[in-house]
Amino acid sequence: MPPSPCARCHDQRAVIIRPKNRQKLCRTCFLHVFETEVHETITSTSLFYPGERVAIGASGGKDSTVLAAVLKTLNERYNYGLDLCLLSIDEGIKGYRDDSLETVKRNAQQYNMPLVIVSYGDLYGWTMDQVVAQVGKKGNCTYCGVFRRQALDRGAAKLGIKHVVTGHNADDVAETVMMNLLRGDLPRLSRGTSIVTGSAASDIKRSKPLKYAYEKEIVLYAHHRQLDYFSTECIYSPEAFRGSARTLIKDLEKIRPSSILDIVKSGEDMALLVPAEVRGKGGEDEEGGGGGGGCGSQNGRTRGGEMAEMERKLKEDEAAKDREMEITSDSVPKKQQQSEQVQTPAQKKVKSQVLGTCERCGYISSQRVCKACTLLEGLNKNRPKTAIEMEVGLEDEESSSTLRRQMEKVELGGV
Amino acid sequence: MATNPEAPELGKDGAGSIAITVEFTGGLEILFANERKHHVTLPSHLDDGSRPTISYLLGHLVKNYMKDQRQELFILEGNVRPGILVLINDADWELEGEENYELQQKDNIVFVSTLHGG
Repeated sequence: MPPSPCARCHDQRAVIIRPKNRQKLCRTCFLHVFETEVHETITSTSLFYPGERVAIGASGGKDSTVLAAVLKTLNERYNYGLDLCLLSIDEGIKGYRDDSLETVKRNAQQYNMPLVIVSYGDLYGWTMDQVVAQVGKKGNCTYCGVFRRQALDRGAAKLGIKHVVTGHNADDVAETVMMNLLRGDLPRLSRGTSIVTGSAASDIKRSKPLKYAYEKEIVLYAHHRQLDYFSTECIYSPEAFRGSARTLIKDLEKIRPSSILDIVKSGEDMALLVPAEVRGKGGEDEEGGGGGGGCGSQNGRTRGGEMAEMERKLKEDEAAKDREMEITSDSVPKKQQQSEQVQTPAQKKVKSQVLGTCERCGYISSQRVCKACTLLEGLNKNRPKTAIEMEVGLEDEESSSTLRRQMEKVELGGV
Repeated sequence: MATNPEAPELGKDGAGSIAITVEFTGGLEILFANERKHHVTLPSHLDDGSRPTISYLLGHLVKNYMKDQRQELFILEGNVRPGILVLINDADWELEGEENYELQQKDNIVFVSTLHGG
């Protein structure tokens, strides 16, 4: 096969076929186009303001490493005037996180950015190694996810920074859209597609500048810039490669590469159809993954077996059914009567999500005691199998949503 | 992410074989005894007279180099698992004919998993 010339410079040999439009590009043009598109995402959404201090949630993995490299490049090229730093979470997993933190430390030097590491051990008195020793490998991702969310916020707060960017990519968003579609969780679907995910539980803004970047292009960008990243799976997340929803996304990409961005677009369009009162404000568990990254359960990723689990869950979960009805009520009038019946609990739910602070740790929480403290209580009592944790343990991944539902039920019961 | 293929020592003994470099990155190396870079020698012509392709290489790698039992993490339905990128001399294999690409002396083939970590 004769070498194809680059479609942009018509000079160099093309080494990339872009998934979104099949354009053939050489190395230099690809790097430039990739960066320019992230720049366009940033400017079109007014993501930053000049002088803003921004923490990059850095796991040492490909996504956050590429995010740091691109932001540094763009900040210099377009004079964003950003004050960038790296924020990493040390979950305390020997042979995994300590290695990936070495990568982050090298990145800090390579990019000349300050690095702050916050550890579970310091924040909670428990490393993940200790948590696993206590609760076993099943269900431990729940702890990790809940702890991470707060850890990133606390790390940012410690730095006096109000904006954390994470390396979530288009594949992650597409997967989240599919998962929430399948579970009928339109509130979460609508929140997950947004580039900025403000959380009701925190005044720290989260955003994902790589939202429209294909995972494939992120990996190729890292490859062609020879970026230094870490790519070993978490030892406590034993399924080495992703499960069903991820596989579905990758299979679709194989058949029709534009599918991924099409799903992202569909998700955004569906989000617009979700009424604001249904969308809700999001809680402390919103989008548990991100900066700490690297773990199989995070970034909205899933593992095998979850689909079956979810189906079972959906059958049981009246709340989820209610939400489905609500949405159809707008577009399908014949279901009006049904939908009226279910409006009430949903409205109650939204009303009940009032912000307060956790009475134990002072972290902003819509519950009396925040989730981290609830989990810690179980750990500290040396009795991990409390009711809540057992429920959550059934569905390791997206643990947050299960927990959230449990909490909502509890609340509804109590109101 | 080493991209400078060192001249392989193997296979210079005759016209009967081709020597290539194969790299596994992005987490795939764990399936291959944690070795990122492998020097691989293939016959220049197969029994039926055809030249070895990427397809042939896949079978060869699974048979001779893969130390992990979980073949499906590398090969699905006879081809590279979706989510694993293949680069032929740094170019996306889609530009080179994918699994039907005929391997050349000193080719550098990189398999990169996109499926690991964030």
